[in-house]
Amino acid sequence: MSLALDLALCALILGVSLAAVAGAGVFRAVIFFITYGLFVAIGWARLGAYDVALAEAAIGAGLTGVLLLTAQGRLRRVQADRTERPGAPLPAALAGGAVTLALAWAWFVLPVPEAPDVAQALPQSGAGNPVTAVLLNFRAWDTLLESIVLLAALLGVWMLARDADWDAPLGPRYHARPSGVLAYFGRVLPPIGLIFGVYLVWAGTETVGGAFQGGTVLAGVVLVAMMAQVLPPPRASKRLLRAALVLGPGVFLLSGLAAAALGGSFLSLSAALAKPAILIIEAALTVSIAVTLALLVIGPAEAPEPAP
Amino acid sequence: MSLTVFALTGAALVGLGVYGLLALPHLLRRVIAFNLTGSGLFLFFGAAGARGGAVDPVPQALIITGIVVALSASALAVGLVVALARSSGKVVLPDEDPAP
Amino acid sequence: MIADLATYAFTALGLVFFAAGTVGLIRFPDTFSRLHALTKADNLGLGFIALGIAFQAGTLAQLVTLALIWALALLAAGAVAQLVARAALTTSQEEE
Repeated sequence: MSLALDLALCALILGVSLAAVAGAGVFRAVIFFITYGLFVAIGWARLGAYDVALAEAAIGAGLTGVLLLTAQGRLRRVQADRTERPGAPLPAALAGGAVTLALAWAWFVLPVPEAPDVAQALPQSGAGNPVTAVLLNFRAWDTLLESIVLLAALLGVWMLARDADWDAPLGPRYHARPSGVLAYFGRVLPPIGLIFGVYLVWAGTETVGGAFQGGTVLAGVVLVAMMAQVLPPPRASKRLLRAALVLGPGVFLLSGLAAAALGGSFLSLSAALAKPAILIIEAALTVSIAVTLALLVIGPAEAPEPAP
Repeated sequence: MSLTVFALTGAALVGLGVYGLLALPHLLRRVIAFNLTGSGLFLFFGAAGARGGAVDPVPQALIITGIVVALSASALAVGLVVALARSSGKVVLPDEDPAP
Repeated sequence: MIADLATYAFTALGLVFFAAGTVGLIRFPDTFSRLHALTKADNLGLGFIALGIAFQAGTLAQLVTLALIWALALLAAGAVAQLVARAALTTSQEEE
């Protein structure tokens, strides 16, 4: 029974991804890609990886969907149909098929690795959720670098602004009637999202959730508020905004250095201090992740278009 | 058995993404194909990490990291595509333009 | 026993609405009527399925969770439908 469910789910995933690649029209491709993200999230839940399922639904489907839809709206005016035909279908299909076959072959020949059991080390990690323990304790180095990668990507996006626009508010201008339905949602959804996001971070040390999932929900809250014109788009030069961006990586780095100064090595958390340290790092990271992701999605600074 | 189904789906997604990345001229479609490749690889990786019973938390953490990095890479790529369209009026690379 | 019957009845009713919404999604001509089919029929379908499952809930917390899922899905569907409709509206205006 459960195999039948998984087979149906995988067939859906493949069908939707096929439509996202080959569907007529870029708008349709984007919509199918969002649907694809939701199906893959269900797949992760079927595999028992609930943390990944949350991240995929919120980031893979949600934020990437907003990003692609906004971009599609801006590119619509440029070159519609001529660019839809595949360039070199046969060599590309051969390459794709070869990659698939190689991976399938790898699946059947690779031995099952004998990994050390995270559960044994969990009591010393300061987190009850093994995924959070790995992210913020055992492999903290990866997570620290990742938070810096996010910052680097945002700097890259900001650099795409035209020189004259640098001081303009970030992102495109959104329009919403103050008494319209969208403005209503913009006022109703953020408080609920705020509670849910903070809950995900708070619960994430013990059960499903964490700084990335919670931060993404909070980024979504910021985006909805901006689209409904409840929150004005910020400027890149604002001090408070910049402080929020570096808060997470900064606190993470400082706690790593503090651990080194206290006699351990860089980023090593002693069992006694691990729990409060993880909570503090997660709280700071959440703020930075939420702000960075929201700003990544809305894009570089843009002066308002002159009226036609 | 279910794990094999998910892993093979992941493998097929990677192949589909590679095809899209090579064959589709529209740059936004390429960003989508790039995301399919990444997410297929995550699925393969996650299924491989689940062979010992439950999904291993180490691959899970790496996949979450990967999903976030994929979003930031996509945001940068989309920013570049929009900037290209704004400066040249095209959404394809110059040497792949069917009608220059 | 009666609870099981109620579950069957309500989830079946929910599935009927989902099927109707899906037929609407496939058969309706433009984005707006498709959104209409999706948000109306599917939200009702989801409500019936949540109601059906509620008969299997053992604790009050599970009941509240189910109700919350439905309410949040309603809000999310409404907000997304607004945004998609706006995107579709500007597209169709430019094409004319």
